[in-house]
Amino acid sequence: MDILSLFVVVPVLTILALVFTKGLKQARQVSMVGSIIQLGMAVNLVISYFKEKAINDNIMVFTKDLVWFEQFNIHYAIGVDGISVALIVLTTIVVLAGVFISWKMPDLPKEFFISLLVLSTGVYGFFISIDLFTMFVFYEIAVIPMYLLIGIWGSGPKEYSAMKLTLMLMGASAVLLVGVLGIYFNSNADGGALTFNILEISQVNIPFEAQKLFFPLTFIGFAVLGALFPFHTWSPDGHASAPTAVSMLHAGVLMKLGGYGVFRVAMFLLPEGAMHWDWFFIILAATGVVYGAFGAIKQTDLKYINAYASVSHLGLVLFALLTLNKTAWNGAIIQSLSHGLLTAMFFALIGMVYGRTHTRDINKLGGLMKIMPFIGAIYVITGMAYLGLPGFSGFVAEMNIFVGAFQNPDTFQRVLTILAVSSIVVTAVYILRLVGKIMMGPLVNDDFANLPKATWYEKTGILLLLIPIVAIGVVPLWLSDMIMASLDPFIKGVL
Amino acid sequence: MDFSSFLLMRQEIILLAIIILLLIAEIFIPKNKKSSIVHFAIFLFGIHTIVGFLSINECSIFGGSFQTNNLIHFFKNVLNIGVLILLLQSADWIQEKIVAQDKGTEFFILLFSSLLGMYFMISSGDFLMFYIGLELSTLPVAALAAYETSKRISSESGIKLILSAGLASGISLFGISLLYATSGSIFFHDIIGTISASNLTILGFILFFAGLSFKISLVPFHFWTADVYEGAPISVASYLSVISKGAAAFILMILLFTIFKSLMHIWENMIYVISIATMFIGNLFALRQQNMKRFLAFSSIAQAGFILLGLISGTQLGTTTVVYFIMIYIFSNLAAFGVVQAISSKTGKENMTDYEGLYRTNPKLSLVMLLALFSLAGIPPVAGFFGKFFLFTAAASEGFYLLVFLAVVNVTISLYYYLLVVRAMFLRKGENPIPFFKNKIYMRLGLIITVIGIIVLGLYSPLYEYIYELSSIYN
Repeated sequence: MDILSLFVVVPVLTILALVFTKGLKQARQVSMVGSIIQLGMAVNLVISYFKEKAINDNIMVFTKDLVWFEQFNIHYAIGVDGISVALIVLTTIVVLAGVFISWKMPDLPKEFFISLLVLSTGVYGFFISIDLFTMFVFYEIAVIPMYLLIGIWGSGPKEYSAMKLTLMLMGASAVLLVGVLGIYFNSNADGGALTFNILEISQVNIPFEAQKLFFPLTFIGFAVLGALFPFHTWSPDGHASAPTAVSMLHAGVLMKLGGYGVFRVAMFLLPEGAMHWDWFFIILAATGVVYGAFGAIKQTDLKYINAYASVSHLGLVLFALLTLNKTAWNGAIIQSLSHGLLTAMFFALIGMVYGRTHTRDINKLGGLMKIMPFIGAIYVITGMAYLGLPGFSGFVAEMNIFVGAFQNPDTFQRVLTILAVSSIVVTAVYILRLVGKIMMGPLVNDDFANLPKATWYEKTGILLLLIPIVAIGVVPLWLSDMIMASLDPFIKGVL
Repeated sequence: MDFSSFLLMRQEIILLAIIILLLIAEIFIPKNKKSSIVHFAIFLFGIHTIVGFLSINECSIFGGSFQTNNLIHFFKNVLNIGVLILLLQSADWIQEKIVAQDKGTEFFILLFSSLLGMYFMISSGDFLMFYIGLELSTLPVAALAAYETSKRISSESGIKLILSAGLASGISLFGISLLYATSGSIFFHDIIGTISASNLTILGFILFFAGLSFKISLVPFHFWTADVYEGAPISVASYLSVISKGAAAFILMILLFTIFKSLMHIWENMIYVISIATMFIGNLFALRQQNMKRFLAFSSIAQAGFILLGLISGTQLGTTTVVYFIMIYIFSNLAAFGVVQAISSKTGKENMTDYEGLYRTNPKLSLVMLLALFSLAGIPPVAGFFGKFFLFTAAASEGFYLLVFLAVVNVTISLYYYLLVVRAMFLRKGENPIPFFKNKIYMRLGLIITVIGIIVLGLYSPLYEYIYELSSIYN
């Protein structure tokens, strides 16, 4: 078994093991063991990646290719570069943290963990695929469990949110399907055979007319999952209704599929289409950045605040990708990682606050720092990291993005960059206000005086997320090196 | 013609022998042991299904009016498996409801006669054989639809089916007569040589197409579907929506790709429009159905619209994807109908609201239903996804991107109503959920086979390659 396929096999084996478990205790233990193995595999992957990269100069390493449907030239083709390795590591961390945060899952625990692991299987598969068909299959596998996860274990208007989310994402994937077929049937433009293989297609000069037609379909198909304005509406509702671990996985990992797909498929394979449509989508992305930030100011529900903040921060990822600048791209990938960790952390903390106080309304919360110091302190730290304080991952990401974006001498893009930069200020407003309101000040509700402190499994989950946030912030260079080296093939297409 | 050429009709002869055996058994089985006829029939049909897998030579007998080849043979086997699953799923219902009225044997005889008609229909080499097959496959089903004589709605369904089927056959026959008038022959291989796009031929073709569209329930010939499904016993509705539709779509494809190949520029446009209309109308009407049988009826109308996407390409790829999709569709739809059957025969409940909280009481049944619905909706990793993806690929290969786009819009619409059932089963707790019950062995077997099919057919690619090889004869 090769090092990458294990990322699909281990979750599947964990799922099979879960089928035979009884009760919450067994289910969570099995999931924990499975997730820890995955984390170990991810660490191993990083080490092997650096070793392999030293001797192997291909775009993708650890590649493997098995024929699946010969007539269509569909292969089970896998391989990773620095970007996918980074995102796989992110996934393993968030999944493990999610398992710890769901330690007390009262209703149908077995089914919950199974759905969670199906989702993560889809995500891993997506990140390792270099075949469009396989990638598409994993994309849908990752999305569909959300319906059950939100619908069964969610809160509030969960049926509505679950349906809205599923239909919008599956609708997007349907649009994407047309784009993928369009790419496929143009992959023989240079006289070769039709293929779904990303690396092979990237060598083909797809006619400009086709690129113009299929780029928007492919881009939107992925970008909906990356919460592109105005297709972001599924995200706040979905997050608000989802149970904690699902919000974490969703904002932390699943939404990253969008940005990754945009980059790896739409922009990599259709570079001329990307340049042609760039002006249009960058306006949408910049709008999303600002709109999300102002949306977050207006909200009073903790989860909605974070959901809109995610729209803003992921809008920044799409914005950075569309600036077609290498530094900004580097920032976009780091932003994906940073946002994944930070937002997962936020949702975990919100889950803990909500689990104790049973409210997410910021007007009903206040002075929690005194009651639950650990959660309070982490909340403040996360907030600071989120608004881009140096020393944390958010700063590295945003710095790269804005420096890169401003390098372009085009006035139009500079204006948009300035607009996007202004979101940092707005972010500071809502984060500081939020932290001040719920953590500081006097205790607003006396019932909260005796709330329990954070438990060991909550702390474990939190620390798992905090360590990489600080690590990226303090020593970003090793990560940048890994990502930068992988960006070269992308930049060739758009220059 | 010697005896050995009869063996080329092995499938038909064995099925006929089973029908006759059942007739004899009906006479000799004593009255208090009538229920053993169910075991007997399933046993015989099981053997028939297995024997069917023996290979057969390509041939054309009776002066060309009966022909068979590997693809047709393969498709007959698919139909056999479908009917076998159907029998397993309805065995309990037959034993409890039908044998009690002393009508068990007739049920099997009628069902098998209809299947025999389908064999002849898809093996036909001229329009006469085709028409006989068409009639033989339809008339017994009308009797079956009206089988629950104690229910008025069942009789209504039978009458509706026979009236509309009669009209459709009449129209079809008129079309055939026009085709005969212009080409001077009823044999397919003669027509291929002489057919031209004269107005009379086109009129004949359109009328003929209308007749077959009725069987596949393409819009605008779909009105009978929901009413008949609702009134008919579930196994009959299941038969109509799965076996009957599959066989009709198959023969339509063969005829389009062989004798009407030169009219492709005409039927391409027709199918384009009909496909869009069928998908949209099927899906939009399914949105608000509460009765599971009506729900599945509209869903199966929409699925027929997807099949047309493969037909429109007119290539070997199209043939393969259509056969592959029909096969997957048979398994998926049988699984869905199987669950409806199981629940209905235990509790008599057939509405979507009755399914609320089903997962908490009957997890296994709910999971089967979940897989079936996901397969119908086209969600990986179950087979339906592969079937649909390849159909779309076939259409896109000829440049029908707009049609594919509309189809994927429809996939999303259909996902909504399939998820409604999932919502009822998994998300809701239900005030009065269906209590836990254990299925009997036949039903369990019937469901297990479908589930294996749903999972394996998609992931296991050699099957697709095999069909692709077989399809080469229609290119």
